[in-house]
This record gives sequence, C-alpha cells and structure tokens, in this order.
Amino acid sequence: MAVLTQLMETVGRRTMAGLGEIGYAATLLAQSLFWLVMGPGRRQPVRLKAVVAQGMEIGVAAIPIVTVLSITVGAMLAIQGIHTLRIFGAESRVVFGVALSVVREFAPLITGIVVAGRSGSALAARLGTMRINQEIDALHVMGINPVRFLVAPALFAMLIMLPLLTFLSDVVALLGGGIYVSIDLGMSLAAYADQVIEALTLDDLLHGLGKSAIFSVLIALVGVVNGSLVTGGAEGVGRMTTRSVVHSISAIVITDMIFAFMLSR
Amino acid sequence: MNNAAPASRKPMVEIENLVTHYGDRPILKGINLTIYEGEIMVIMGGSGSGKSTLLNHLLGLLRPTSGTVRILGADINAISDIELTKLRTRMGVAFQGGALFSSMSVGENIMLPLREHTDLDESTMAIMARLKMEVVSLAGFESLMPSELSGGMIKRAALARAIVMDPKLLFCDEPSAGLDPVVSSAIDELILLLRDAMGMSIVVVTHELESAFRIADRICVLDKGDILMVDTVAGVRASANERIQNLLNRRTEEATLDPDDYLRRLTKGI
Repeated sequence: MAVLTQLMETVGRRTMAGLGEIGYAATLLAQSLFWLVMGPGRRQPVRLKAVVAQGMEIGVAAIPIVTVLSITVGAMLAIQGIHTLRIFGAESRVVFGVALSVVREFAPLITGIVVAGRSGSALAARLGTMRINQEIDALHVMGINPVRFLVAPALFAMLIMLPLLTFLSDVVALLGGGIYVSIDLGMSLAAYADQVIEALTLDDLLHGLGKSAIFSVLIALVGVVNGSLVTGGAEGVGRMTTRSVVHSISAIVITDMIFAFMLSR
Repeated sequence: MNNAAPASRKPMVEIENLVTHYGDRPILKGINLTIYEGEIMVIMGGSGSGKSTLLNHLLGLLRPTSGTVRILGADINAISDIELTKLRTRMGVAFQGGALFSSMSVGENIMLPLREHTDLDESTMAIMARLKMEVVSLAGFESLMPSELSGGMIKRAALARAIVMDPKLLFCDEPSAGLDPVVSSAIDELILLLRDAMGMSIVVVTHELESAFRIADRICVLDKGDILMVDTVAGVRASANERIQNLLNRRTEEATLDPDDYLRRLTKGI
C-alpha cells in the first residue's frame, strides 16, 4: 500500500512538473511574441542582429550535415522503394513514393532532429550556463528582459531557418533519390524530375514546411525551458542539455505522428 | 564622510519588515534598514546569514513573503515593468563572479546597458565605455573576451559595466572574494573612489572583514536572518555582543544541543 501511495505521489508530482513546464513554455512563446510586436514601441526591440547571428548558427552552419543526411535518406528511400516494389514489378512507381515521403515526412523530420541535436541542445546549454553564472540575473538588473534579449531572437531565427533547411533537405533528398533511381532503373534525371513534379502538389510541400515551422517552435521552447531549469553547476547543464535533446526529439516525433494522423487519412 | 546614521540625508534604500522564506524555512525574519545617499553600507554576515537573499531582494530578483523594499523611493515589488526598467537604469550591480556575458568582448559587455537603454551612436558609446574602463584601470582591454581576464580584471570589468550608466546606487556582491590581498585592496580603493568621485551610494555584501572595515561608512551585521546591529566600523568593533565578537574573531558558535531534537533529527523518516 505504501509503495502504491509513493508511486502515485511520484507520478502526480512529475505530471504537475510536466504541466508546469508546458505552461512555462507557453508563457515564453507569448512573451516572445509580445516583445516582437511591442518591443519597438517600448524602445526595447528584438534586435535583428541577434536574430541574424542565431540564424547563421542554427541555419547556415547546419547546411553541410543536413545536406549529407538528406542525400543519404533520399537514396535510402529509393533503395528500399525499388526493393519493395520489385516484388510487384512496379519499380517505376518508386518516384511517387520517394517524392511524397521525402517532402511530407522525411525532410522535416530529419532536419528537425538535426537542428534539435545541434541547436536546441546548444540553446539549453547556453542559457543554463548563463543562469549558473548569474548572467540572466545580470540582464534583469540591467533592465534588459531576458526573453526579449535571448529567447525571442533564438525562437524567430529557428522559425525562419528550420523551414528553409527543410526546403533544402527536400531538394537534396529528392536529388539523392534521383541519383540512385537513375543508376538502378536507368531513368534520366530529367524524367525523374518530371515525375517528381507530377507526383507532388503544393499542398504536400506546405504540409512538410508547416510541420517544420511547428517543430522549430517546439525545439526552441524545449531548449529554453530546459536551460532555464538548470540547477547544480556544470553537471546540471549537462543533464538539462541531454534532457533537452531527448524531449525535443520526442516532441517532434509525436507531433509528426499526430500531424500524419490528422492530415493524411 | 559623516559616519553617523545621517537622518538629514536622502534615503536611497529603505527596507521595512522584510520577511522571506524558502519553502517553510524563514531566511529573513523582519529586516529594517535604511541606506542613505553617498554612504557605503556593508552588509556583512557568515554563510547562511541571509545576506545574499537580502541582496536579491534589493535587486528585485526575489519577491518577499511580506514587507517592502523601496529603492530610490520606489517600491520595487509594486511598480510596473516599465517603471522597474527605468529604475534599473539608475542602479548598477557588480556580481560576485562578474556575470560578464561570455559571448561578448569586455568592451561590448560594458557598452551593453548603453546600447539597450540609450540612442547614442556607436562611437559615443565606445568612448563612454572606455572612460569607465579608465576608471577601473582596464584601459586597452576592451577587445579581450571575459575568459581571457584574470579574477581581479573580471571584477573590475563588472564594476565598469555596473557604473557605465552613471547610477545613483551601486551594489557589489562579494567584491573581494577569491582575490589575493593586493588585488582585493585595489578593488576596495576603487569602491571608495566611486563614492568620492562620483557620489554614488554603494551597498557592498561581503563576508571579508578586512575589506568591510576598510570601506564601510556603516556596517549592517546579519546573522541567521536577523540584523544584529547597524553601526559605524568603530561601533561594530566595540560591540560587546557575543555573536558579533564571534564573527569578528572568526570563532564558530557552539550549537546548543537539545538531546530530544538531536534524536528526532537522526531518526526522522527511518
């Protein structure tokens, strides 16, 4: 009985803590939007320079790894697709499958996971370190709102860069798939491109890009919330950075599943 | 400097019946303290005395359970966000570890309050930052990153950032902690200079006795969340209070042992 009570207590406490974190994330999002809109009027704008700096780190610096992974995933989908469709003698239909799965699923997912691993964790580590070094307190006492100064630029940079990276991933993964298809099936790249364009609608593209915009908000907020909750020095920073990656990837995959369920049936 | 509690001078900080708790544990048990214009008030106490908590209340980083904290006449827990931001531009804070932003150079750190709160052009801000760097003897180091500075230089840079807006009120958290005696003494001199040359009122939180005696106009001795006494350096030195003498002579207090309480602590939850 005592064990059961303790278990229920633990579950209850963790649920409350989790709900508290979700509430905190929602507050951060609302405050970031507030500063974006009201900041200039209060002579405390969200600095474009900070957004650009974050954008370079989140987006431009991630181009090589997104490119490598996307071309690999595109080729992998083509390999698996041809292997499976060969059973039915329908290899030529592989382009349809590659195009749809890349644009609707794999590009946003792979890009989201890469950015969560690179930038979401970096955001958590940066804020956590700033917190334990009293840099956040220093911002407060200087009359500089930390949400405006640190969170909003990261959030908006993420919101701009993740869909752009996802679009890059779309193009590169389709190219990767195309290269394999042209080698294996002897189809020209031009014919492949024609089939891709025929297979895809604007709706498919927007479906993927829309998801990536939602992923970007999730990654930024999870990173910021975990960074803000750091306690206990360098070890605490490491713990919350790891937690940030695990949480943001989980959030991305679960949100992706919900999206697939709601919009693809 | 007039060392007596100067009733005729303007109060810069007024603390009334400040009570605060962490959970159920009382940290500050009804603090009353007034700090006047142009004085250096040293808040002194051992570990766990509540001095860091008191500082956090003075900076508006914590909300009290009850009581009021008025900074430059404004109740820091009752004013609007916009008023609080304005108030904070009139006060400077040098944190214990410096709290310099590691991603910015020393010069950018010092210029940050100007950049965020003024419309000055870049070159004017750079000149103003350099002026303050001259004051703290850090001229020429503006392009270094905080990680390239020594402990004493970090404290100086933090002071330069704290005074860049020419605040009326300056807070220093453990300004000489972790520094060798020579550097520590130089920081003390700097604090005295800021009061004398710039007319600032300065609140210093420290556990370093020597430093406190060197710079204080008045000392507030905190112990276990209570103010033991507020007096001049001579007054504190002459105090007959046993706890103050223990603090001054670095003696630990012998805890009075209640056998029942001791047994309860050992067996709690087992």
